Amino acid sequence: MDASQIIFGLTALLIIFSALRVVTTRNMVHAALWLIVTLLGVTVLYALLQANFLAVVQVVVYVGAIAILFIFAIMLTRREMRDGGPQLNKGWPLAALISLAVFGGLLALLYNAPVSERLAASLEGQDTLGALGQALVSPDAYVLPFEVASVLLLAALIGAVYVALNKKQESDK
Amino acid sequence: MMAGTLPISYYLGLSALLFTLGVLGVLIRRNALVIFMSVELMLNAGNLAFVAFARMYDMLNGQIFVFFVMAVAAAEVAVGLALIVAIFKTKRSIDVDQMNSLKG
Repeated sequence: MDASQIIFGLTALLIIFSALRVVTTRNMVHAALWLIVTLLGVTVLYALLQANFLAVVQVVVYVGAIAILFIFAIMLTRREMRDGGPQLNKGWPLAALISLAVFGGLLALLYNAPVSERLAASLEGQDTLGALGQALVSPDAYVLPFEVASVLLLAALIGAVYVALNKKQESDK
Repeated sequence: MMAGTLPISYYLGLSALLFTLGVLGVLIRRNALVIFMSVELMLNAGNLAFVAFARMYDMLNGQIFVFFVMAVAAAEVAVGLALIVAIFKTKRSIDVDQMNSLKG
């Protein structure tokens, strides 16, 4: 048992526990904070898998932007559903059964998949960051999806502003 | 060599478990914000599987896909949270069981 196995085990336990807390906790702010812990655990796994660029992007985009957006949304909608009332909907036993079935299906899929037992040759020594950057802008690779993604982000920005503004004017009337 | 001693199936199993927790959260919770957080858990599980496979096949395409998934997730969260806040402003509630105005 070497260092990477210990790190993986601890991180996996942390991810599972915090994801379970996200799903089960009553307090919304705690749910957001546990979500941040989960995302940081996934970042550690990216670093273990030598996806250095994605580890940094995960911290910047998920922990830095998305989690903060969640916390803002919680602060804006916090009056309702804080403590009182059931947190689970009526059909939750059936839903739990279905998610158990999903897990079984995924495990069966993984069991039958042609997955090698060991990791392949490491990416270490390669210039992964440079290769990623070139793949994103070279015309015979991913430049079109890259541009489409930027247009999508612009559309999402305008859409979010439109949705927020429009409702405010309506409630002012 | 540190990470080379860990079988790829560990990562895939953890990814499956994380995805299942996300499914559970989406299905059982009534609070729309927690449902959104569970969707993020599922996206992260998918990303983790992508990165693990990229490592296994020693190709960078999986990492590029994760990059695009993150971009789409950011867009989705921005629009989705704006919608939730707008719904909260009109209905004073973010309980998905009460969002039945369009019910036939």
